[in-house]
Amino acid sequence: MKPKRKRLFIVLIGLLFVSAAVGFSLFALDQELDVFRSPSEIAEKGFPSGKRFRVGGLVEDGSVSSEGIVTTFRVTDGAHALTITYDKILPDLFREGQGIIALGALNAGGTFEAQEVLAKHDENYMPPEVADALKKSGHFKPEGGDS
Amino acid sequence: MHRFANPTRFLRLAAAVLPFSAAVAALCLGAGLVWGLFFAPPDYQQGDTVRIMFIHVPAAMMAMGVYAGMAISSAIALIWRHAIADLIAKASAPIGATFCFICLLTGSLWGKPMWGTWWVWDARLTSMLIMLFIYLGYMALWQAFDDQTKAARAAAILALVGAINLPVIKFSVEWWNTLHQPASLITMDGPKIHSSLLWPLLLMIVGFGAYYLTVLIFRVRAEVHQRRTRMLRMAQADRHAAMQAAE
Amino acid sequence: MSEFLSMGGYGLYVWTSWGVGVALLIALLIQSIAIARSAAKEAEATELLSPRRRRRKAEAE
Repeated sequence: MKPKRKRLFIVLIGLLFVSAAVGFSLFALDQELDVFRSPSEIAEKGFPSGKRFRVGGLVEDGSVSSEGIVTTFRVTDGAHALTITYDKILPDLFREGQGIIALGALNAGGTFEAQEVLAKHDENYMPPEVADALKKSGHFKPEGGDS
Repeated sequence: MHRFANPTRFLRLAAAVLPFSAAVAALCLGAGLVWGLFFAPPDYQQGDTVRIMFIHVPAAMMAMGVYAGMAISSAIALIWRHAIADLIAKASAPIGATFCFICLLTGSLWGKPMWGTWWVWDARLTSMLIMLFIYLGYMALWQAFDDQTKAARAAAILALVGAINLPVIKFSVEWWNTLHQPASLITMDGPKIHSSLLWPLLLMIVGFGAYYLTVLIFRVRAEVHQRRTRMLRMAQADRHAAMQAAE
Repeated sequence: MSEFLSMGGYGLYVWTSWGVGVALLIALLIQSIAIARSAAKEAEATELLSPRRRRRKAEAE
C-alpha cells in the first residue's frame, strides 16, 4: 500500500472508532439525561415529596395569580396540570400559554414549590403585526407543540 | 490541490482575493448592523432582544463552519502532507475560537432576560462550550511542540477527533429536551424567521463569512512568513556549523 | 433617541452583545494584520543575512 493510501486508511479507521465511541456514550447518556418531566408523568406515577426534579409544560390560561412576591400558576401538558408556586422574579417571557421549565420539589400538599423557573421559547421569529395577522386568520401555530 | 501547496502561488492567490473579501465583509457587516439595530422590527415574543440574534446566530454558525474547515484541512494535511493545509488549520483556530466565544457570551446575554438564566447545562450550550475548549486545546497543542511537524500532526488529530462534536451541537436540540429552542434557520421546512428579520440575519452571516476569509488571509500570510524565517535560520545555522568544522 | 437606546428595557443586554462582539472582531482583525506585517519584515531581514541572497544581489549590481 502506498504511504498516502495507508495514512488515509488510518485516519478513516480512527474516525470510525471515535464516532462509534461517542455514539455509544451519547446513547447511554440519553437514558440518563432526563431533562424534565411532564405533569402527566407526575400525576400517573406519583412522585415522592421533597425530591428535587424539573417539570416542564405550558402555563395554563387564566391560572396565574400573585400574592405579594409569591406567584401561583398551573402548568399543563394538555392531559394533566400541576400547581406551582414561585417566590422570585419570573423571566420576561413568562406569560399564559408559554412553555416553561421549573426546578423544585413537591410539598406534602402536592404543590410544586419551584426554586427556579425558566421560560422556553419556540423557533419562530416574526414581528408582532405578523403574529397578530396570523392569529386573526387562524394560521397561528401556538407555542409548545414541541416543549 | 497540490498546485496551491506552493506558498508563493498561494500568497499571490490570497492577495487577489483579499480586497474582495474585505469589501464584502465591511459592506455586509456595516449594513447588517444598521439594519439589525435600527430597521428590523422587534419580535412578537422577545421584543428588542431579538436583535442579539443578528450577532449570536452568525457567530454560532461560523464557529461551527470554521471548525469544519479546520478539520478538513487537518485531514488534508495529515493524509497528503499538504504544505499549506496545516497552516490554514492553524490560522483558523483563533478566529473560530473568537466566534465561539462571541456566540456563548451573546447567548448568555440573551438567555438572562428571556429564559431567566445566564446559563443552563443543557445539551446545546454544553456542546458549544466543549467546542470552545477544543479550539483552545488545539491552539495550545501547537505551542506545546518545538518541532512544528510533530505539532502539526498532533493538532490535526485533535481537530479530527473533535469534529465529532459538530453533529452533536447541530442535533442536540432534537436529540434532547433542551431549554434552547430547535433550529430556526437550517430546517427541513425552510427558515422559521419572518423575512423582515431574516434578511439582516443573512447579511450578517455573509459578513461573518467574508470577515473570516479576510482575517484568515492575514493569519496564513503570517504563518508562511514565520515558516520561511525558521527555515532560513536553520539553513544559516547549518552553514555556520559547516564553516566552523572546515576551519 | 433614548427610546432607541433603551431597546424596550433590554438596552443593557443588546448593547453589550453588539459592543463586545464588534470590539472582539476589530481587535482580532488588527492583531492579525500586525502579526502578518511583523512576520513579513522578519522574514525579509533574515533573508538578507543569507549569503546566497547577498551574492545574488552583488551580481546584480
